[in-house]
Amino acid sequence: MTITEKILADHAGLVEVHPGQLISARVDVVLGNDITAPVAIEQFATLGADRVFDPQRVILVPDHFTPNKDIKSAEQVKKVREFAREHGTVYFEVGQMGIEHCLLPEQGLVVPGDLIIGADSHTCTYGALGALATGVGSTDMAAAMATGQTWFRVPSTLKFVFYGHLPPWVGGKDLILYTIGQIGVDGAQYQAMEFTGETIAELSMDGRFTMANMAVEAGAKNGIFAADAKTISYIGERARRPFKVYRSDPDAEYAAVYEFDVRNLEPQVAFPFLPENVKPVSQAGPVEIAQVVIGSCTNGRLEDLALAARVLQGHQVHRDVRLIVIPGTQEIYLAAMRQGYIETFITAGAAVSTPTCGPCLGGHMGILAKGERAVSTTNRNFVGRMGHPESEVYLANPAVAAASAILGRIASPEEVV
Amino acid sequence: MEFSGRVWRLGDNIDTDVIIPARWLNTTDPQELASHCLEDIQPEFNHAVQAGDIIVAGRNFGCGSSREHAPIAIKASGVACVVATSFARIFYRNAINIGLPILECPGGTGSTETSHQLLVNVENGRVKNLTTGEVYQANPFPPFMRELIRAGGLLPYVAAQIGRQQQP
Repeated sequence: MTITEKILADHAGLVEVHPGQLISARVDVVLGNDITAPVAIEQFATLGADRVFDPQRVILVPDHFTPNKDIKSAEQVKKVREFAREHGTVYFEVGQMGIEHCLLPEQGLVVPGDLIIGADSHTCTYGALGALATGVGSTDMAAAMATGQTWFRVPSTLKFVFYGHLPPWVGGKDLILYTIGQIGVDGAQYQAMEFTGETIAELSMDGRFTMANMAVEAGAKNGIFAADAKTISYIGERARRPFKVYRSDPDAEYAAVYEFDVRNLEPQVAFPFLPENVKPVSQAGPVEIAQVVIGSCTNGRLEDLALAARVLQGHQVHRDVRLIVIPGTQEIYLAAMRQGYIETFITAGAAVSTPTCGPCLGGHMGILAKGERAVSTTNRNFVGRMGHPESEVYLANPAVAAASAILGRIASPEEVV
Repeated sequence: MEFSGRVWRLGDNIDTDVIIPARWLNTTDPQELASHCLEDIQPEFNHAVQAGDIIVAGRNFGCGSSREHAPIAIKASGVACVVATSFARIFYRNAINIGLPILECPGGTGSTETSHQLLVNVENGRVKNLTTGEVYQANPFPPFMRELIRAGGLLPYVAAQIGRQQQP
């Protein structure tokens, strides 16, 4: 069996499972945010359950429209806060809050071997830890809050093997954008994506979080990495629960195996309006931009900020560009401050924000006007994603985003460093 | 269960951001969500849509965000069902969970265009374009999902389970 199949089998109390099988399984964590939890809370009330299955395993993180962007959002967050207090669930208030998918691993609330569902499509991020994590909607969240169980169709697995050392300025974002460019936005529909190979062994945890995060942009149920020494060293002191490391069997069956030699890979840029519209940065052509966002559950971690700071050091943001930098959590924010990155950003002319999903989904903190273009380290470049339906988002890694902020157009970090 | 309705034809990869843009997600009210449904790509949709209309789309309908507001907005706008070549997986779950009928036609829906008349049989998956006479076949639901649909969605199904457990 693959890692994904083993985790599902163990949580369903079965010796083995097969792709296509429908199972009912115990979940380790149920997650919701300020957009999805209010719907789930209304539905939970209709279920006749008087408590959540385990308050320590229900995690509520208002991060999308927080700090509250308007009165309606404030009411939604209030509903989530009151539910969390009433049921004693895990809850993060503004000030401790981070972007959920940066926050949960950092807090040790999700661990290798877990089966996690979250009412947020980027819940698949935790696959970087060797957990099976997948996004669901509010109704699934409500039912699982009550029962601690949910149903799954066992996915078949696609295996992605990466070979070669990563070139300079190329990281997890480029590997996953390249992969989506190869297989398309529905190339892994209903399937698991298992990432492996010598390149992955060298890749940092932050890079792996970025890759797992965007598995959903290929239509996948989950993205997953086998936990290794890097995983254990990351989660070791953070884990709040014992964990279990799973590996795919040598004779595990895959629906397909893709092998990518990435020795000569360039930083990748996804053009509007799909994450599969990928080009190497050298072929981007002249694309003038009005805004750059560095942050999000995809690229709001310390390594991402370090890369951006390295590019911005000693430079100024272009006069026609607004650069918005959003550390993913308070811990990342503090670490970036201590490392001097925040000073670099502010000196360069960037706006630095408290953690929020804000601009990524066109919520607040950096909305685009008609005709404006942005380079963003986020995960989606759909029509109207970051604001006006006639605005455009170009997805890239933090180094490309920083270089673009300096030059006022899509640019490679090699042009400025 | 059979639906006959007027078609709204959409393309491939219709994402949940265009089904219901995030700027409207500060509410959970279905009617308010419906009033902004598809407004960024079909501005005429929310005032011209009629109860019983059918959305017909290509591949990967509902990709992107997990927002259940997307199927809620479609359902509240009066759309009877969605027929697509394929659905993104979270949207697929969400639609079934809230009782929005959806049918996956892997072979596509031929020359079906906006304002054609469609006849959809949810039980046997037969989709007939009454304007052109073309017939398409949708995948049947697995028995467990038929049970969910019969129960009226996931919540009544789970509520019944909880009710059974609470009985002595």
